[in-house]
Amino acid sequence: MAKNTLNQTGADKFKNLVSNNLVPIMFIIICAIGIPMSGYSGTYLVQEMFTRVARNSFLVISLLIPIMAGMGLNFGMTLGAMAGQIGLIFVTEWGVVGIPAMVLAAIISTPISMLLGYICGKILNNAKGREMVTGYIISFFMNGIYQLIVLYGMGTVIPIKSSTILLPRGYGIRNTVNLIGIRKTLDNLIPLRIFGVNIPIATLIVIVMICLFVLWFRKTKLGQDMRAVGQDMEVARASGIKVEQTRILSIVISTVLAGYGMIIYLSNMGALNTYNAHSQIGMFSIAALLVGGASVAKANIRNVFLGVILFHLMFIVSPMAGKNIIGQAQLGEYFRVFVSYGVITVALVLYEVRKRRDKAVSGQILAQNQKEE
Amino acid sequence: MEAIRKFIKNFGWPRIIIALFLFSLFILAPFVGVNIGSSLTDTIMRFSMNGVMVLAMVPMIHSGCGLNFGLPLGIIAGLLGGTLSIQFGFTGPLSFIMAIVLCTPFAFLFGWGYGKLLNRVKGGEMMIATYVGFASVSFMCMMWLLLPYSNPQMVWGYGGTGLRTTISTEGYYLHALSDILNIKIGHLEIPTGTLLFFAFFAFLMWAFLHTKKGTAMTAVGSNPIYARASGINVDSIRTLSVIMSTWLGAVGILVYEQAFGFIQLYNGPFYMALPAVSAILIGGASVNKATITNVIIGTFLFQGIVTMTPSVMNSIIHTDMSEVIRIIVSNGMILYALTRKTEEAR
Repeated sequence: MAKNTLNQTGADKFKNLVSNNLVPIMFIIICAIGIPMSGYSGTYLVQEMFTRVARNSFLVISLLIPIMAGMGLNFGMTLGAMAGQIGLIFVTEWGVVGIPAMVLAAIISTPISMLLGYICGKILNNAKGREMVTGYIISFFMNGIYQLIVLYGMGTVIPIKSSTILLPRGYGIRNTVNLIGIRKTLDNLIPLRIFGVNIPIATLIVIVMICLFVLWFRKTKLGQDMRAVGQDMEVARASGIKVEQTRILSIVISTVLAGYGMIIYLSNMGALNTYNAHSQIGMFSIAALLVGGASVAKANIRNVFLGVILFHLMFIVSPMAGKNIIGQAQLGEYFRVFVSYGVITVALVLYEVRKRRDKAVSGQILAQNQKEE
Repeated sequence: MEAIRKFIKNFGWPRIIIALFLFSLFILAPFVGVNIGSSLTDTIMRFSMNGVMVLAMVPMIHSGCGLNFGLPLGIIAGLLGGTLSIQFGFTGPLSFIMAIVLCTPFAFLFGWGYGKLLNRVKGGEMMIATYVGFASVSFMCMMWLLLPYSNPQMVWGYGGTGLRTTISTEGYYLHALSDILNIKIGHLEIPTGTLLFFAFFAFLMWAFLHTKKGTAMTAVGSNPIYARASGINVDSIRTLSVIMSTWLGAVGILVYEQAFGFIQLYNGPFYMALPAVSAILIGGASVNKATITNVIIGTFLFQGIVTMTPSVMNSIIHTDMSEVIRIIVSNGMILYALTRKTEEAR
């Protein structure tokens, strides 16, 4: 009888379990060493975790849909972040505050995200098989266009008058824009305090809603199509799915979500770092998702939350741990940057190695079946 | 007409646009009061500074490993060589030679490991190379702080430990090459030594690509299955190409530093791969094909634009948009190259 699994011993299974979850296991070890070394109190860490989960989860969730469509990690999510930032610059200029400001920013960001996502998807369709590196360069390229618009276009071509956000020379946006009007509005919409920990209920509700959306989306016709395209493009094409269009749609949805995510993120931060925020957020979101045990080909909502918690736990404790172990906080800061890049490297390498191993395994299964016959 | 169309097709529209753009900048320059002599000097100087780093792209493109976004790894080997040479107290031009000698074992070791890694991830090299570069730069950020360097010119004054972010090469290998046979005519200054050094390496690369090993490398890049069938050890050739690339990156950064005058540590090498990558692409290389001519033309065009845009633009519209233009041109060029190969393959 033909089987589709390989006969494995217990040790092999354990080895596979470890190698499939290598990144989260590494992180749990780092955190287990770092937390006592940093000397932070439990309440403080729990408070920070709630803040960070509320702040970052939406952005990380925006990465899930392109993975479903087999396009890997969407390094082009920074495009959505840029759109969100442009929306926020406008609402700050118009002096809108509170929840309406966030909604208005989201409305402004949507068409920009859709356009950018469409362009990104189009380009990625021309670079099949190397979507990630191309998406990564697109984010750099668009960063140039973004700077052109924000640094030279705003105040000259695009009407921006407020002197608080313009550079003293009369055009171009300042390096930091104060978002006092929307600072923590969503987080404090429904105040809740348990055991001295503030819980941002409203933001968490929004995040739960987007999770439900992603779960529902998987089951729709479009979601199924995307998974089919992710499995095998040629088979999907043969069964009548418009492959190119589906891929573009997945990037557009991801970009729009990233734009909304950025607005939530920045409203929690309370200030916009005009020229750096988007590129940083791309790296941190991707690293967080990978830390949660996601791979380039497979990711789910559990990975998002586990990843955000583990990654940010490491982020918070490492400077203090560095200071207490070696006496230099700077070292801890370099360490966490190193870990973020290191995690992405390890995850990418594991993915490529596993892809080859899976090929080998399917060959072994074939051999095994033939022998049994 | 047919010949022209063929030429345009081979040369590619983006390249023609960039060449015309640079050409028009040179024509515009005198009218807006920019001195041609000094801008030409700047262009040539930058060309000589960056040439070897662009050359470092060639071996990996030839062996099919794609664009070497992991160049920072080589740069780190170079930085180790440079700082060690200063630490051991070598001065003057000798410190430059010693820097190259000292960086070599690091470059070989790093390149070997990096090559082994890339052999395991065939098909996904470029993305992984990028992150290998980033991870190694951020790892070295910690090391610069911890390694027991003690030369007072290099370590922080108040703590006595940890290297400074920028270290002057004055008294060590500053202008070690640039001052050799330096020619001065009015505003025009030609760093002959650096140019000759680059020419020497370019010649070596050209000669290597025509040896048996070099031809094997090209074969591996253009058709790995055919190469394996004809008895070439694909993996070892690829590793060799990565080692060469890494070592050239190490030498390249030393050449850069001797002309620039400073060693930039910590976050300095982070984005140094991108200018080199886009320079060779502007020169007409693609993801799987590159020649020495591509290197020379590309470096000249890219550095020409980087030097000319700020001075000319500043004089015309009184704003410095050069940084933004540089970002758009260089990344646009990389994008063009990444999206082009699949069209040909279809």
